[in-house]
Amino acid sequence: MDILYKIFLEPFALMASAPDLLLQTLWEGLVSGVLYALIALGFVLIFKASGVFNFAQGIMVVFAALTLVGLHEKGVPAFLALILTIGVMFVLAFAVERIVLKPLVNQPDIILFMATFGLTYFLIGFGELIFGGNPKQMISRELFLPQGSTDLQLLGGLVRVQHIDIAAAVIASLMIAALAVFFSKTRIGRALRAVADSHKAALSVGISLDQIWVIVWFTAGIVALVTGIMWGARSDVSFALQIIALKALPVLILGGFTSIPGAIVGGLIIGVGEKIGEFYWGPLIGGGIETWLAYMIALLFLLYRPQGLFGEKIIERV
Amino acid sequence: MRAPDSPIITKGDVLLAVDNVSLSFGGVKALTDVSFDIRKGEIRAIIGPNGAGKTSMLNCINGFYHPTEGRITFKGETRQRMRPHVAARGGIARTFQNVALFKGMTTLDNIMAGRSLKMRRGFFWQVLRHGPALEEEISQRRVVEDIIDFLEIQAIRKVPVGKLAYGLQKRVELGRALAMQPELLLLDEPMAGMNLEEKEDMSRFILDVNQQFGTTIALIEHDMGVVMDLSDRVVVLEYGRKIADGKPDEVKRDERVIAAYLGVPH
Repeated sequence: MDILYKIFLEPFALMASAPDLLLQTLWEGLVSGVLYALIALGFVLIFKASGVFNFAQGIMVVFAALTLVGLHEKGVPAFLALILTIGVMFVLAFAVERIVLKPLVNQPDIILFMATFGLTYFLIGFGELIFGGNPKQMISRELFLPQGSTDLQLLGGLVRVQHIDIAAAVIASLMIAALAVFFSKTRIGRALRAVADSHKAALSVGISLDQIWVIVWFTAGIVALVTGIMWGARSDVSFALQIIALKALPVLILGGFTSIPGAIVGGLIIGVGEKIGEFYWGPLIGGGIETWLAYMIALLFLLYRPQGLFGEKIIERV
Repeated sequence: MRAPDSPIITKGDVLLAVDNVSLSFGGVKALTDVSFDIRKGEIRAIIGPNGAGKTSMLNCINGFYHPTEGRITFKGETRQRMRPHVAARGGIARTFQNVALFKGMTTLDNIMAGRSLKMRRGFFWQVLRHGPALEEEISQRRVVEDIIDFLEIQAIRKVPVGKLAYGLQKRVELGRALAMQPELLLLDEPMAGMNLEEKEDMSRFILDVNQQFGTTIALIEHDMGVVMDLSDRVVVLEYGRKIADGKPDEVKRDERVIAAYLGVPH
């Protein structure tokens, strides 16, 4: 009886008695959810356009942030470093298309997937070689990212909100909105979706696959850079970040591999679910729920709704 | 989008010439020494029994395959290896035997995708979706609406094409090819799997495209009635070789063609 009470009653009683605490937990969950969503977005972009599950997306986040900070350390002014980093991400996209994707075109998906593994280890090694393996401070001040925090009087208590978290949520939302318009309303966006649907048909209307692949990888690189800056500003820039990128997997399973709204909603659910689970139910089993809860949720989804919340149902006429 | 130095081709001139084309995959010969031409403004049928190499021929013309031997000359320009998106840029559009549409996209977006090449505004404006890019989007949209009216598919403009019946999908695919305003339109069995009424509609569209827009058409078809009615000239393939070439009436009486289709008594 006691254990049932602890699972089903006590946490809810706690939520009701201290709503400010609940709000604080929700907010923290939302913010990490936004960042999960951004990482997942990078995966979705590439998966949609080329059917490749890009394992390297996580390391691209680290690599982008590392390049930015590393360049600044070497004496480049912050905003010039930002522009140079964008340039580096473009070169990376171009190189991936030329050296990895193009020679492997028409190979089975698993081969392309393994190639992105190779890319991951290349980027780890290359990043360490040039910028060193030590964790670095994100150059938040130089990029005019807000710092500090505000304590809000809410629900009879104090809720502490970090300014950088607000900035992260706003920037992420803007970027997602821009991408959504880009995808649905422009020629290149339409070409991206066309390539995702049928390579053969896309070629026949004169869409160049090479060009489209460079564009998606570059876009994913920009998303990685924004994610890297935001995440780096909250903790620091280190290779450990790529472990967090693995959280994008449950997010994708939840949201569907091909859906941008899915990546966002999935990210938020996982982010909030983790924090709530950890705070209210964690103590029951000595904590650590945060590290595995997301994967549990993903497992349940795989069993009952494998296409995810928003994944495209495969339309098949018989 | 004709290159400034390419010759002006008028009706009746050779638009595309296939010279001694052979194609093999490893040891399998799909095409052997095939030559024929397609003249500006005509409807040219390619017929033959299953496995005769008709689709392989189309794939060579639009650059999906590269001939192992021989040459293909389009608008006076001979090419060894052409990539499909370059062929599309040069004015060759096509449809596919088993319909290759963008299934998740609406009819409208599918046909708009066919306009990709006519839209020139760069990545920057596209991202902003503002100024020139927006104007361009609107003017292109007008062309697409005309095509939708022409094909009488107004009712399914916003429907994802994956949900459409097969006959309608074929029509949307034709629309996407027309959106490219091609000089040469390749149709791979445009009437396969259609009922009589749908076939009549499709025949009418093909004739209208040919007569109203002056588009040159090469078509693969199995329905002999349709082929004889529509086409100006017919080339017949069997086991990857050309066995006859000429006006429908001549081809119909050719003994080798009759043998290929009906078999010869042993």
